[in-house]
Amino acid sequence: MQIYADNAATTRPSRTALNAMLPLLEEGYGNPSSLYTIGQKAKEALEDARAQVAAAIGAQPGEITFTSGGSEADTQALFTGAALGARKGKKHIISTKFEHHAVLHALEALEKQGYAVTLLDVPENGIVTPEAVAAALRPDTALVSVMYANNEIGTVQPIADIGALCKAKGVLFHTDAVQAVGHLPIDVKAQNIDMLSMSGHKFHGPKGVGALYARRGILLQNVFYGGAQERGKRPGTENVPAIAGMAAALTEAVALLPAAAPKVAALRDRLIKGILAIPHSALNGDAQRRLPGNANFCFEGIEGESLLLLLDARGISASSGSACTSGSLDPSHVLLAIGRPHEVAHGSLRLTIGEDIGEKEIDYIVNAVTEVVAYLRGMSPVWRDLQEGKRSYVIQ
Amino acid sequence: MLYSEKVMDHFLHPRNVGTIEDADAIGEVGNAKCGDIMKMYLKIKEGTIEDVKFETFGCGSAIASSSMATEMIKGKPLTEALGLTNQAVTEALDGLPAHKLHCSVLAEQAIKAAVKDYYERKGITVDPEVFAALNEDAEAAHAHDPTADDKA
Repeated sequence: MQIYADNAATTRPSRTALNAMLPLLEEGYGNPSSLYTIGQKAKEALEDARAQVAAAIGAQPGEITFTSGGSEADTQALFTGAALGARKGKKHIISTKFEHHAVLHALEALEKQGYAVTLLDVPENGIVTPEAVAAALRPDTALVSVMYANNEIGTVQPIADIGALCKAKGVLFHTDAVQAVGHLPIDVKAQNIDMLSMSGHKFHGPKGVGALYARRGILLQNVFYGGAQERGKRPGTENVPAIAGMAAALTEAVALLPAAAPKVAALRDRLIKGILAIPHSALNGDAQRRLPGNANFCFEGIEGESLLLLLDARGISASSGSACTSGSLDPSHVLLAIGRPHEVAHGSLRLTIGEDIGEKEIDYIVNAVTEVVAYLRGMSPVWRDLQEGKRSYVIQ
Repeated sequence: MLYSEKVMDHFLHPRNVGTIEDADAIGEVGNAKCGDIMKMYLKIKEGTIEDVKFETFGCGSAIASSSMATEMIKGKPLTEALGLTNQAVTEALDGLPAHKLHCSVLAEQAIKAAVKDYYERKGITVDPEVFAALNEDAEAAHAHDPTADDKA
């Protein structure tokens, strides 16, 4: 059996997305800036996509800027918020310790430019409170950036409450919604979101395309320079096929959402229940306030990369926060932020499921994970020490 | 693929996994905080490694390195086992990714730690230089791979 359970990494492009893209690659290849017919047709496709993306999040078309993806949108949002604040002498930014590196590394760059950054601690349940944001606000706070849903543990943040707080305090609010768009209902106006980042390939669109929503009146800071495309704020000939594919995928995802989200959440809960039957295993993040498709676990006594390789051998594609899969010395900064010690953070497993699988596949995953964890524990000196009482369990 | 066929073979079908009840020597290296621990059990007769078993907590290359290292010392004199280098383990596995080389260092160290344990149990004194590799920080070989992607 082949089961793709890494939808937080990327998703399979939908037929709808491909159908929107292919004609634009084959015949509709004109440059949207050209005045002849195929150029203007491409321009129409571009503006149609903008209207679709805007409608999906309750925005106006003029508030959408297309980018190369989530990282670029995050970078542009943060540098924009920083620049607008600096004009008023405000150079303090609030964010959280478990943001995506697109946000954390952009903030590091801003720190080097003289901005002060406060990264909020994240409680064990993986949900930052509006009170924590309020407590960190300073008179010189220019921008708050809190992710909509975490990419590893899937916990959903109280975005509307943080948005209302920021609005009341006159502080710009950005949210990295790369994992949430297309998976949760979003209304940027009702939730008082000033800027929002999204990425096409996280909701069955193509890779290499994303969008930044910026409320009308927010003057975007350029990330790079060139022609007049995207009102000069994101120059370069537009990737029209990818943009159209993203828009089509998003429109479809939002239409399917009311039916798909409860179905996927029920499968997720079945998965969580099945895997937590493994002794000394734990769910990372709040059990309910999480993305419909996200389940993330820690297991005592094993290491995540070997777990992934053995699951791959059984046809299951998954992800881990172990150091060996992150390419660095430390395990996932997200798991460390919610208080998991290194020892168990190395033994983490992220399963992010989509609507393409059912109970049969969930049960197959549960069975495979149960067997593989038992097998790896069987050769683990750490597990032996735990069993013999020479080492203490972190997870009871 | 991240790993060679040899690595995948030794990872998926590790040789000499387990423990030896009445082992003549045991060596353990690494730490759980860094994500890898290797433990080697030796049965020694007349200066020769009659049997060897390992237990490993770690990634695919750590398990494969342990497996390969046990094969390379089984039936060999202790003096020869002491000469096993991490480069030899890496070569026998048809190479390891740069950021996984520390796994082969741990395998070399685990064997040296076990032999050291044996000499200590027997009260045999040897030149400490023989065990110099044990003082190296295997985790320092945990080079950050600049090409590795951040988590999506």
